[in-house]
Amino acid sequence: MLQVSIALVPGILCYAWIMGWGVILQCLLAILFATTLESIVLLIRRIPVKAFLFDGSTVVTALLFAICLSPYAPWWANLAGIAFGVVVIKHCYGGLGQNIFNPAIAGYVFTLLCFPMELSIYPDPGNYPGFLDTIRIINGNFPHYPDAIAGATVLSTLKSGLHDMKMISEISQSPVFGVLAGRSTEWIAALWFAGGIFLIVRKIIKWQVPVVFLGTMFLISLVFYWFDSSHYPSPVFTLFAGGSMLAAFFIITEPVSSSTTPAGRLLFAAGTAIFAYIIRTWGNYPDGIAFAVLIMNFSAPLLDRLTRPRVLGER
Amino acid sequence: MSSTDIHSFHGGLKLETYKSLSNNLSSLISPLPDKIILPLKQHIGHPANPLVKIGEQVYKGQIIAEPDGYVSLPVHATTSGKIRDIGLYSVPDPLGIKAPCIVIEPDGMDTWIDIRGVDNYLEMDPVTLQNRFRDAGISGLGGAGFPAHVKLKEGTQTEVELLIINAVECEPYITCDDRLIREKPDYIVAGTRMILHAVQARKCIIAIEEDMPDAVNALLPLLDDDIELVKVPTIYPQGSEKQLIKTLTGKAVPSGGLPIHMGIVMHNVGTAAAAYRAVSRGEPLVSRYITVTGCIPSPRNLQVLIGTPVRHCAEQCGYSEKSGNSIILGGPMMGTLVQNMHVPVIKTTHCILIRNKLNQGTEMPCIRCGNCAEVCPVELLPQQLYWFSRSSDHNKLKQHHLFECIECGCCSYVCPSNIPLVHYYRLAKNEINQRDLSITKASESRYRYLKHQERLKHEKKKKKLSVEQLSISGKPNEKKAYIHEAVRRGRAKRVKKQQVRKDQKDE
Repeated sequence: MLQVSIALVPGILCYAWIMGWGVILQCLLAILFATTLESIVLLIRRIPVKAFLFDGSTVVTALLFAICLSPYAPWWANLAGIAFGVVVIKHCYGGLGQNIFNPAIAGYVFTLLCFPMELSIYPDPGNYPGFLDTIRIINGNFPHYPDAIAGATVLSTLKSGLHDMKMISEISQSPVFGVLAGRSTEWIAALWFAGGIFLIVRKIIKWQVPVVFLGTMFLISLVFYWFDSSHYPSPVFTLFAGGSMLAAFFIITEPVSSSTTPAGRLLFAAGTAIFAYIIRTWGNYPDGIAFAVLIMNFSAPLLDRLTRPRVLGER
Repeated sequence: MSSTDIHSFHGGLKLETYKSLSNNLSSLISPLPDKIILPLKQHIGHPANPLVKIGEQVYKGQIIAEPDGYVSLPVHATTSGKIRDIGLYSVPDPLGIKAPCIVIEPDGMDTWIDIRGVDNYLEMDPVTLQNRFRDAGISGLGGAGFPAHVKLKEGTQTEVELLIINAVECEPYITCDDRLIREKPDYIVAGTRMILHAVQARKCIIAIEEDMPDAVNALLPLLDDDIELVKVPTIYPQGSEKQLIKTLTGKAVPSGGLPIHMGIVMHNVGTAAAAYRAVSRGEPLVSRYITVTGCIPSPRNLQVLIGTPVRHCAEQCGYSEKSGNSIILGGPMMGTLVQNMHVPVIKTTHCILIRNKLNQGTEMPCIRCGNCAEVCPVELLPQQLYWFSRSSDHNKLKQHHLFECIECGCCSYVCPSNIPLVHYYRLAKNEINQRDLSITKASESRYRYLKHQERLKHEKKKKKLSVEQLSISGKPNEKKAYIHEAVRRGRAKRVKKQQVRKDQKDE
């Protein structure tokens, strides 16, 4: 779990370089909230705090949640998401190893549904508020800084552009577009990819799951891109925009809430990719990874059942 | 040389073998211990019935307990001496249960009872040869200790395609088969030919691990066209019966079935050596090779008499009691921890492993990482079995084939949460067996109760019937006569009494 956190660091630093202090502050706040709440719950449940807090899973949950969160969301949004993820999703279902849903993702979805406006504020890449202003914004005073944080993500730009009946060739003239996907933000995706390769090399995660996830996403988007390239983004864009890379290496590889059979894992990855693409393309939200993960989370027991391997000599 | 294709089985582990600790030195013949403890049951099946009394003099090789039933073997005295006791003693058992044993106090002479070998076994009828194995008390010297003659007899009833002699010693540390092959290759090859004759197999393979080159070199010059030596990859648990069959034939033993159903019989090399002794010299199985290894000054192999206490073996290799040592009978993967050093070496004991107290990490919850499923040689889902055994979900456990588990310990070995998975499976198996047993018992007693009720009802009916019969069938005259007679008797009595009283008054 420590190595997972390490693999996240380059991406987080790059994210902070592009989006400012908010990223670091959200990460620290999330870790603080998560470890505090985890300790309290462990104490109440009379589980040895030391062994269970230092296994690192809480920190990874907190980091993943903070990365999903908007860097300039108010602190209560952060706390609400962490509280829901750690207390309700993780511990109410029995604690480590027994949660049906991914706590980070469930916490993020909860926050997204509760505070949609606060979670949609992103600065323009490289043009972010100063440290003290960031603290004020996270403290809830964001109306004073409307211009500084009026940016849009590449996926939301794409979505609103398509809604306005524009062609992708027109939309991609927008300054938020870069070479592969979002200007600057494509670098973050590249670093998630690098972190994922590190985890594969260190044998923390297995290569099959990310490959199936990214492969499925690539194939679907290729089909639609080939069919109509003026309304469907390119496969490369699909992989490097939004949360695709993060999900491929860090979210759907979480074993507890995924299927546990070898074949089930692959179906889980493919299913998440399919649902993510559907929600992203035809849904109301700019990105669909989080919802896709939740949908597949509750399909996991079914996948386990359907994909039990045949034991040696079974007829 | 080897025309047999090598296949692979799912999962398994490449383990550090630690074989060189004990396989470089020749084996020692262990001196006589001060007592020999012989359990009446050293194998799967029924225990034997004792034939001797306390204080009786016995000789080496004498039958001191006779087999009870088909899946049972005689017990032989493994040295000469006096019977000191017949009673309950600790035996190698994972649950630490005591079992009936015969204890011999050796007289130090080690005198053999009259034994006689066979000159030409090829003239013998296979069944006679099998009986000879049975009379010599030969059970599998590998793991489960299945009585050898049962496997052989099943062999003559079905056509045997392939006989496999298993020289795959896949568990780390254990080298007793390796040493046995290097020191007595002629016994093994001759014994193999005898078993071959007893089962009338068409083909015979001796399977050996790649990392036993010395043993291979010892066997090669003795082999002919009749026996093929096949080297198999060193991967744990290669020596397990079903896994080895998969490796050698590419076929899986049907679940719930036995290798003989596929025309395959498998025996351990130790069994082959024992077969040779039994046939050519008439010696029953009284001793075996055993590896004493681990954290002790001089690990090596010993030739010990069956029934020698574990402590006696360990002390010869420089073992001295230290707190913090744990003693394992068997290998590090499948062996069982023993608390008591007085348990005897039995026919299936192949290793005494002394380890520093294992520093096992704290057991954490399962995170369903699936590493266990990747290494499981039976392709079970250990993580699911763990889940279901924690919740005693017996139906799910059966659905997920709990009873196919060979308890090889690969899953526990790779578990990042330090969960002793096999331990939970053993408990669950035990629980299910107990429950099935109590269900059978309950249904039996229910059946008995119903029978009893029926009988009672029947008897009551019969009684009532007889009373009714009397009152109905009794003719009025007879009845009258009966009453009349009774009245007459009463009257006579009264008269007699009055007369007595009268006489007393008169006096």
